[in-house]
Amino acid sequence: MGTSIVLKIALDRELCQGHNRCKRIAPELFELDDYGIASVVGDGTVPAGQEEQARLAVANCPEFAISINEVPEGEKR
Amino acid sequence: MSARPPVTDWLTDFDHQSPQWIADPFPIWDKIRASACPIAHTDRYQGVYLPTRYQDVRDIAYDPEHFSSRRVVIREEYPLDAKAPPITSDPPEHRPARMVLLPAFTPKVIDKLEGHTRALCDELIDSILARHAAGEPIDAAVDYAQHIPVRVIAHMMGLPSDTGDLFREWIHLTLVAGITDPQALVRGFSEMTHYLKDVVAERRANPGEDLVSYLLQAKFDDHEFDDEHVIGTLRLLLIAGIDTTWSGLGSSLWHLATHADDRRRLVAQPDLMPTAIEEFLRAYSPVTMARVIKEDTELNGCPMKAGHGVLLSFPAANRDPEMFPDADKVLIDRKENRHAAFGLGIHRCIGSNLARMEMTVGVEQWLRRIPEFTLDKDRPMTWSIGTVRGPRLLPVRIGA
Repeated sequence: MGTSIVLKIALDRELCQGHNRCKRIAPELFELDDYGIASVVGDGTVPAGQEEQARLAVANCPEFAISINEVPEGEKR
Repeated sequence: MSARPPVTDWLTDFDHQSPQWIADPFPIWDKIRASACPIAHTDRYQGVYLPTRYQDVRDIAYDPEHFSSRRVVIREEYPLDAKAPPITSDPPEHRPARMVLLPAFTPKVIDKLEGHTRALCDELIDSILARHAAGEPIDAAVDYAQHIPVRVIAHMMGLPSDTGDLFREWIHLTLVAGITDPQALVRGFSEMTHYLKDVVAERRANPGEDLVSYLLQAKFDDHEFDDEHVIGTLRLLLIAGIDTTWSGLGSSLWHLATHADDRRRLVAQPDLMPTAIEEFLRAYSPVTMARVIKEDTELNGCPMKAGHGVLLSFPAANRDPEMFPDADKVLIDRKENRHAAFGLGIHRCIGSNLARMEMTVGVEQWLRRIPEFTLDKDRPMTWSIGTVRGPRLLPVRIGA
């Protein structure tokens, strides 16, 4: 049986400047610290049904701080 | 204002205070962007460059080594070098001054101000509708947009809401009259500083839950901030937070007054509000910042000389077709919109969540209660002069 593919998002906190666009677009995928700097929730795995929000969060980040990758399920990256 | 020599060539002699620029800057930027050198220059204002491509604006914003924030406004003269940290700070002073402010402007904090903002919008609309019923003419900038940010910031600082009128007077002196009249600038500046000194002294003695008290107690790493620093930061919050948001809200209402299709669509589909607000921010970005070149450098093949200024035009970057498909069209359902209206890099607007909230609530309440309105062409409509762009007179006719 083949491994299934999941989407994973990653956020570079060095690039994040706290615009908070991602948090508004995909509130369940991102969290903010006390300074408004974002990070991904959990390991960044995008739950089924939230793929579009994840893509939009990437496409609206003014600092190009978020990336999205397809990874085999269970793989760490 | 004295007569300005007319612009001879937009590539080599631009003037961001010329009537043509003020009325409609977009074709000027498009022309410069499409030319062989998309970074224009002018000998006016002691020498200034104007990048128009998104990439060039971004590269400058990311390079505080060469492009200093010591001066963030382009003027004819610089009668005072006022510090307003962190907007006028470069690394390494910039970081602590910024970090200490960030917690006061996160969504968690700003969301709590939404109810207050909505109530004050409603109060303004009550008065507008009463005056409209009495047959008086209505101006969406003068009677509405300009009052919202001053009252919200007064509320945040724990000051009575009519303090907002004082703030508006200082903003006028420093940012409008002060562009051409150095005396007005100095007067507005010193009145504002004097007032803030008293507020700071009062809150030192009697701290409360407000933003001033927060700043006086705040620390980042081992940095504490003296009164002068806090006064500078409060000055920044007034200068940077007021006419910018009022301009963004005014431009949004101008668009809706002149585009009935978008207005009706937004009334019918209020869930489009988030993308509509981001699109208004992109297409009518109010804020152009400035930088000073620290040493001779080159940007994407264009030599840039030390001592000259740079107009860091986020508004022009946001109209770059390389970055935004249909850049010249306003699409209120644009989903992919990586606009730079709040700047890029370390100087990202600290009040962006506040500005967004005020613009959203301001447009929402207006549309709920005044869904039908158009620009009144029998009265003058004017745009601001300077590096913050928005309607200053926005006469509207209410009703279908």
